[in-house]
Amino acid sequence: MLIVVSAVTFSIFFMVPRWGGATSDTLASRYVGKSASAGEIHDMAKKLGFTDPLWVQYGRFLKGIVVGADYNTGPTKVHCPAPCFGYSFIHQNPVWPELLDRMPVTLSLAAGAAVIWLLAGIATGVLSALRKGSIFDRAAMGVALAGVSLPIFFTALLSLAIFSYTLHLTAPGGSYTPITQNPLDWAYDLILPWITLAFLYAAGYARLTRAGMLETMSEDYIRTARAKGLPERTVVVKHGLRAALTPIVTIFGLDLGLLLGGAILTESTYSLPGLGLYARVALSFQDLPALLGVTLFGAFFVVTANLVVDLAYAAIDPRVRLS
Amino acid sequence: MSQVAINADTSTAFLDVRDLTVHFKTDDGLVRAVDGLSFKLERGRTLGIVGESGSGKSVTSLAVLGLHQGRGSAKVGGQIWLDGQELVSSSREEVRRLRGQKMSMIFQDPLSAMHPFYSVGAQIVEAYRVHHDVPKHVARGRAIEMLDRVGIPQPDRRIDDYPHQFSGGMRQRAMIAMSLICNPDLLIADEPTTALDVTVQAQILDLIRDLQTEFGSAVIIITHDLGVVAELADDILVMYGGKAVEYGSAHTVFRNPEHPYTWGLLGSMPRLDREVRDRLQPIKGTPPSLINLPSGCSFHPRCAYAGTGGIPCRTEVPELIGVLQGHGVACHMPPEKRRNAFTEDIAPHL
Repeated sequence: MLIVVSAVTFSIFFMVPRWGGATSDTLASRYVGKSASAGEIHDMAKKLGFTDPLWVQYGRFLKGIVVGADYNTGPTKVHCPAPCFGYSFIHQNPVWPELLDRMPVTLSLAAGAAVIWLLAGIATGVLSALRKGSIFDRAAMGVALAGVSLPIFFTALLSLAIFSYTLHLTAPGGSYTPITQNPLDWAYDLILPWITLAFLYAAGYARLTRAGMLETMSEDYIRTARAKGLPERTVVVKHGLRAALTPIVTIFGLDLGLLLGGAILTESTYSLPGLGLYARVALSFQDLPALLGVTLFGAFFVVTANLVVDLAYAAIDPRVRLS
Repeated sequence: MSQVAINADTSTAFLDVRDLTVHFKTDDGLVRAVDGLSFKLERGRTLGIVGESGSGKSVTSLAVLGLHQGRGSAKVGGQIWLDGQELVSSSREEVRRLRGQKMSMIFQDPLSAMHPFYSVGAQIVEAYRVHHDVPKHVARGRAIEMLDRVGIPQPDRRIDDYPHQFSGGMRQRAMIAMSLICNPDLLIADEPTTALDVTVQAQILDLIRDLQTEFGSAVIIITHDLGVVAELADDILVMYGGKAVEYGSAHTVFRNPEHPYTWGLLGSMPRLDREVRDRLQPIKGTPPSLINLPSGCSFHPRCAYAGTGGIPCRTEVPELIGVLQGHGVACHMPPEKRRNAFTEDIAPHL
């Protein structure tokens, strides 16, 4: 699966520019100085292997992941140790360590936000479903509509302006403390990005939970649970929510997988040095190896998340288990 | 309510439902699902409630269990006395404690009535542990015992199976085990055999009867299948449009039915023990809308005798008369005329 993803992304990054009219020389021109002559550029293209057929380049790329690669750019020879996901000549660094460096930030952001949106979204959805048509339900669904509709750069900027720069309650943009250094500062710095990001997702989860709960709470087995004399709380949580949770687990796996590949908008707006920001910067400099690395990294998380979701299914719904 | 009032009102019957009404507010109007229903039931006896879909049978049973209480748009009126305690005016929590413990229910379709995500055992254990403060393994032992009692082979292994791994009959047995695990005094079976094969139906009915003898509980069987009632019930309550139209011992109601609707039900029941001489006689028309009940006797639009001899079927609601004498009938026809009509017009074709 990941091989396919890598082949496709690789092709996109190295073939599409050709279709767009770029030659191996123009690709190589990104790796030399501005004043380089056409001959120098061509030399560089050869050295970097851009003149080779695509499948050879891809094979070299795969080999690099396993054993590392050397990039001979002429005057200096750079070594990119395994796993080598490419070498960014803009940062003058191999991509992989850069990704690893930024991973904790993205992980912190995604994990914290996920906890918040799961709790808030599911709780809101359940309450809304139980009090369908009430003022709470209408208000919550109104807010949820706003949540899914408002773009993150809008809510993020707005909340920064209000909570950080006016009320001085939260950390200003760009603050990040690793959890290993100081967990309290870590949480303090991230609370605003968490909430902003969670707001976007919680909205969708609340709607999903509400719909699911409305459906399951009218099932026969809910009536049975009540007929057994179970307290209403047990009926709702153990019997109702459990059954309504299946679609939520699916979406959650995919959402989390995608987020781990970088929350580009959130990280950019809050200037958090995570994968998303890295990708955005790479994008603006047309740093192809870096982008390729982030894409593959993200693909890895999405595929893994899918696998985890499938396993979770079996844990949740016994009917899915292999007999 | 003061103690004196309770004593004054306390009924002697084990289950005494008085003037029960269940109304639902809907956008289309007030649905009178049950309207002024009264009946009694003693321990060890079985009451069959019979009627078409929408006659208020299931709503009645859910009302007894208190499952309409404070939920949705339902409004429950009247009194339900269970073993000296009035349920309609009791708090939700009080009724919840009785549910599953003192009174329990078997539902129509055991596949949808059991939670697909929990094992059969877990669901039975749960039903026991809500009302009994015992460790899990004790409850589990009891659940295995119960599964064994209802005839599930290898109960110690099947207990960890999920509902979808059971056959229909097995599921209904498990459902019965679940509802009897707390040894309830009142068991309500809402169409317990409708979703099952005919051969399995008989087994399940036998099982219910055996268990009743064993545990001495009062049983209400709700069905539209008179065959089921004939097999199990001591008393029969025929419902139409949310009201009782005929109420008496099974013997009386089967031998001398006096309400035209009961005749209709009997006429539409296939009999295997007689030669096929006549076609089945279905009741003409459809059950009435509970929002807009016909005026007077709600059965009059479908009744062949409506208005004969100047009786006020279209204008006056007939009372259920004769319950104290053991056979209540809600019909404007004079009793003699009813008996004559039955013996002359109806009985020969049954």
